Amino acid sequence: MADVTLTVDGRKITAPAGTLLIEACRAHGIEIPAFCYYPGLSLQAACRMCVVRIEKVPKLQTACTTPVAEGMVVSTESPEIAQARKATIELLLGNHPLDCPVCDAGGECELQDMTFKYGAHESKFVEIKQHRDEQQWSPVVFFDRPRCILCYRCVRVCGEGMDVWALGVQNRGAGSVIAPNREDHLECEECGMCIDICPVGALTSGAYRYKTRPWEMSHVGTVCTHCGDGCKTTLGVRRSSDGMEIVRGDNRDKSGINGDFLCIKGRYAFDFANRENRLTRPMIRKASGRLEEVTWDEAIEFAGNKLREIRDSKGGSAIGVIGSNRTTNEESYLLQKFARTVLGTNNIDHHRTADYPAFFAALSGKAEASLRDIAGAKAILLLGNDPTEQHPGLAWQIRTNIRHNQARLYVANHGLIKLRRQAAHFLEIPEDGYAGLVAWLAGEAAPLDDDKSAVAFREALRKEESLVVVFGSEFRGIDIAALVSLGSSLPNVKFACLGDYVSSRGAADMGLYPDLLPGYIPVAAPAHFKEEYPALPTTPGLDLVRMFDAAEAGTLSGLYIVGANPVARYARHSDALHNTFIVVQDMFLTETAQFADVILPAANLYEKTGTVTSTFGDLQLVKKAADRAGVRTDFELIVRLAAAMGADVKPLVPFGQHGTRADMGQARGAQSGEADRHGVWLAARHLEPKLSPFDPFAIFDEIQRLVPAYNVQRLDLLAGNDQQLKPALVQIEDIAARPDLVLPSNDTLFTSGSLGLYSRTLHSVLESHKPVETAAD
Amino acid sequence: MSTTVFSPGLAARFDKLVTLYPLKRSALVPMLLYAQDETGYLSDAVIAEVAERIGITELDVRSVISYYSLLRTRPVGKYHVQVCTNISCMLRGGNEILEHCKKKLGIPAKGVTPDGLFSLEEVECIGACSWAPAAQINYDFHENLTFESVDKVLDEYRAKFGSGGTK
Amino acid sequence: MATLTHHPDCVPVVSSRFGKGATDIDRFIELGGYESARKALALGPDGIISEMKASNLRGRGGAGFPTGMKWSFVPKQSAKPKYVLVNGDESEPGTCKDRLIFEHDPHSVIEGVIIAALSIQARMGFIYLRGEYRYLLQIMERAVAQAYTRGFLGKNIFGSGIEFDIVTQTGAGAYEVGEESALMESLEGKRGIPRIRPPFPAVVGLYGGPTIINNAETIATVPHIFRMGGAEYAKLGTERNGGTRLFALSGHVNRPGVYELPMGYNLKKMIYEVGGGIPNGRNLKAVVPGGSSTPVLTADEIDIGMDFDQVGKAGSMLGSGGVVVLDETTCMVEFALRTMKFYRHESCGWCIPCREGTDWLEKSLTRVHRGGGVDKDIDNISYLAENMLGRTFCPLGDAAAMPTIAFVKKFRKEFEDHLDGKGCPKHHAAEPEPALV
Repeated sequence: MADVTLTVDGRKITAPAGTLLIEACRAHGIEIPAFCYYPGLSLQAACRMCVVRIEKVPKLQTACTTPVAEGMVVSTESPEIAQARKATIELLLGNHPLDCPVCDAGGECELQDMTFKYGAHESKFVEIKQHRDEQQWSPVVFFDRPRCILCYRCVRVCGEGMDVWALGVQNRGAGSVIAPNREDHLECEECGMCIDICPVGALTSGAYRYKTRPWEMSHVGTVCTHCGDGCKTTLGVRRSSDGMEIVRGDNRDKSGINGDFLCIKGRYAFDFANRENRLTRPMIRKASGRLEEVTWDEAIEFAGNKLREIRDSKGGSAIGVIGSNRTTNEESYLLQKFARTVLGTNNIDHHRTADYPAFFAALSGKAEASLRDIAGAKAILLLGNDPTEQHPGLAWQIRTNIRHNQARLYVANHGLIKLRRQAAHFLEIPEDGYAGLVAWLAGEAAPLDDDKSAVAFREALRKEESLVVVFGSEFRGIDIAALVSLGSSLPNVKFACLGDYVSSRGAADMGLYPDLLPGYIPVAAPAHFKEEYPALPTTPGLDLVRMFDAAEAGTLSGLYIVGANPVARYARHSDALHNTFIVVQDMFLTETAQFADVILPAANLYEKTGTVTSTFGDLQLVKKAADRAGVRTDFELIVRLAAAMGADVKPLVPFGQHGTRADMGQARGAQSGEADRHGVWLAARHLEPKLSPFDPFAIFDEIQRLVPAYNVQRLDLLAGNDQQLKPALVQIEDIAARPDLVLPSNDTLFTSGSLGLYSRTLHSVLESHKPVETAAD
Repeated sequence: MSTTVFSPGLAARFDKLVTLYPLKRSALVPMLLYAQDETGYLSDAVIAEVAERIGITELDVRSVISYYSLLRTRPVGKYHVQVCTNISCMLRGGNEILEHCKKKLGIPAKGVTPDGLFSLEEVECIGACSWAPAAQINYDFHENLTFESVDKVLDEYRAKFGSGGTK
Repeated sequence: MATLTHHPDCVPVVSSRFGKGATDIDRFIELGGYESARKALALGPDGIISEMKASNLRGRGGAGFPTGMKWSFVPKQSAKPKYVLVNGDESEPGTCKDRLIFEHDPHSVIEGVIIAALSIQARMGFIYLRGEYRYLLQIMERAVAQAYTRGFLGKNIFGSGIEFDIVTQTGAGAYEVGEESALMESLEGKRGIPRIRPPFPAVVGLYGGPTIINNAETIATVPHIFRMGGAEYAKLGTERNGGTRLFALSGHVNRPGVYELPMGYNLKKMIYEVGGGIPNGRNLKAVVPGGSSTPVLTADEIDIGMDFDQVGKAGSMLGSGGVVVLDETTCMVEFALRTMKFYRHESCGWCIPCREGTDWLEKSLTRVHRGGGVDKDIDNISYLAENMLGRTFCPLGDAAAMPTIAFVKKFRKEFEDHLDGKGCPKHHAAEPEPALV
């Protein structure tokens, strides 16, 4: 829309016609206070805090409901306006408990800030405040009624934003109260959006309440370690007796691809990191058969020696490596480089949750859809998956896009997934019906020809002028090729392939495959890797399942498992595994770790620096937020293990020589200040920072050099902005014959693979959602 | 609806009610009123069925119920005595009529007689200002009240029911 | 049950068929009913609106907006269906006039709705009665059914080929629903929370379609305007205040009742002649001229004509036509408190100033009246009310604030007399209140 010019507080500002005055002012740095107004949610005009004076209008007007107009003259601060706001605050404070010193919101409370600003310091009333006991509505949601100022943000975000509608308003007038959907408790997705959006301390979280004061925390924006959406989460960390403890997750940094959104996992399921049963000391299985704690040197030396012995006596092909869905790109890259150049084996794999190789082969250089593309798409075709459960960030963006931009959603699924409620067209198809549907959409005759709603679905879809196709792991191999080919027959189509975990995509991109190198380059035709990786074996190795078969058959003597739990995931727990030398790097004594000969306690994603790639190809910086004494990053452990095996670390991690491109500490989050200053000081003197071999950015340099898709703007990445990977040509011969070995994790909102088992919050929510058993009659 | 908590007549009326309006939801308030007329109050079962008939959540139905002062989720007496004490009635003795009813019925405002026959409520303006003081018993208006006429009216209701309450 | 009261000064227009059995359609037709609808049909939309404008009819709900102009705001073309809505949610304390219209002359409401619908080409109308008036629903539904059988409603009204339907329903107890946008919310099955305006109902109203919404008396007056001609109707009243209106006289008068009097009728005369003066030889203390939300007038402020402009000039409002008379024995603090208790009870709770303001005002007034007041309370009450005025989401906040400001301003001495633990002087004099049983 055309811009209009208006005058605010004597300043001329311009804004697109139709913009709300409050937004136009905010965009120009003029802050207008508001309790009920929240960008993106329906308008309330209920709190009356945003009142402003508009020339020629008799009454004060609410800036949240007034669109800008040409020539409008506005004043946003004056004694009259200040008095109106002060009076409103005085009314709120009449019954609002002044328990700020013990209120979770104290220090970041909008009512507190407004009271400070407008000085409602005089008590107008002598009546005793009405106390009401706090209520617990769910394991994560607590409600303190007297603190509530009835701004209805929670009601709106739950209904409009989440499409959950679990909160309502009961009674009227001064008796109005926010109420949960099940009398005294909530039945909902436990996303905590209501808590996050509450301007005061009326809604507080079970995970955070009474733990700390906001100003005692450092806030580090990083990427959630759970699903593949790559939501930005801000972790509030505080010094504890053994490091930096995470006390809160929130989305105060709204610059992420998730905008306002976080699900329960992003917001609360950081708590695994604080579990007291975390592994913090290395262990070796002694002759007794028991795992015993040892020093780091002893453990790494022992593991290194043993692996070298196997390699030297039986060859690299006697060792297998299983990588992780949750390590950084740098760690995944380093792990496969270690396997291929130090161990000398292509026996490397990971738990695959999507057939990315087939996807990129089918795309053959065409662009994929980032989450931002989906958030702004005019039309979305969703095939398979249940994003509400498995990709909550994606589901949020789809809903928001539909709500704000009237985007059209087409859903075909074998289940009645919740997003069908937003769909313009929904088709329920059999579980094995996806390939048939794609063929029919492409024009083949099928029984669907007689299905009116299917025909309407197809006709509407064909009329779309641009489209994003999002598909789940129901599609693999040639089915993906057929889908991409269908999409290519429509104008302006982009695709997104849904994998399950934070680094599922990264693991694939970084070559955690027995047959594929980083960037999906076949090991059999290694291209530039031939020079980069001296002595690279060019025969494809064993995949994960065959590695276990080989271990049980006695032909795999060593197994190095990093951040994975294949024993549980693939139900491989044969006694024969005891004949294989197993090194496990993990946080917990998982089912897999119980078979280990050496256990190396590892840091998690919240305790390290690096990059991760979302399933949509959005590359993001991971910042170190927390710290736990006794653990090491997977990156460091791989390097140390290589060193212990006698490998030259310099070619493995090219630290030093490209130092000026390296991280100056920007990525280190809470601990960054000193490193930043150090880096600036060095740069000012034309000195090169001396990097350690444990610096992941040395490897990131190499990834950017060798994997063309990753050659994105480094500065933007370091600034914390998600960067979409570049389209890159992937050529894999005979993709149809390549086994995809995809095993969907089928996680729900409240599970997260093995990691989820160690989250108390997820556990308590799962318990509370169990149906109450009633006596049989 | 396969099963219903309402009488066949009312259920049929509701089936029709939802078709009268451009949007089904418009039938909500009348439906709740008519349901309450039949069942005395809006029980959980009534709320559940109304929510299903309209196609909204029970929470939504409760939000609407709790907004309107005539809708209630607890039982009242068979004869619900609603005495207006708003300005016009107050000026002509509405408060005294309320006090008289309390004494006569032996219950406080918002109370129900032990036999369940009467309940008493102080209400806001019922639109009988020019004929004040006034009260409504269920939907019936009783105007220009005096202590004597209140006694007479209450006795008539008691007699109508024939339960022989003695107080 | 409720009947009109007569006085020689009365000019029966809207009440002209009261008490004549007009609830029955045959009798209604005998009394000239449904002729106006036929006339309007012949006039067409533009003709209807110019007749309405000529009548100078102003909305009888309280705000007094010119009705013809309101109708003319409805766009001719609309993608969404248009509606006509009758606001029969009469609930302003002191007001009981619309009740008589529904009870005695339901067909005039139907006929008014038909004419309004013809002016904007609406296909559907709704008559919304307040929940407490349940007995009127039967009367209205019967009248609507009769109109259908005569072909005045339905697929082909008056043989014109035009389709028009009416649905009648009641509310369920909420003063706020008398606000037009809140009424639409209620009619859509929601909590009666007003809507953000603009857009106004004429453009985006019920179900998002352009909507005429008028008070029941306004709508019932419409057929009479077409019967006698807009200009003739206008002549009955004063300048810019056409016609007559129903006044509900209540409180301390000898002959309370609903009277139809010309617009501009003198208030003093209304009390002393029409209403027969103050009972028991007492003196007049104050008058609330247009329902509880209008600022009180003192005994020496009442020599004014009862039209929107003259009452406005006197610092109050004509409002809903509910004239409440207070004699010298009335405790103004108690009266202010009872007024505020009502608004606290009826505040929808949406916006902070009204929700919290009415609550704190009631608490403060209660304390002052009972004898727990402190010096700052009186100023505080004014402060609270003044800070509500004009700041709330809808006019309910103003309705609570305006009378409060006037009570304190005009009867400050009485408030002061209550202070310092003294409580209501009147109650000291009288017998103690009966104890709670």
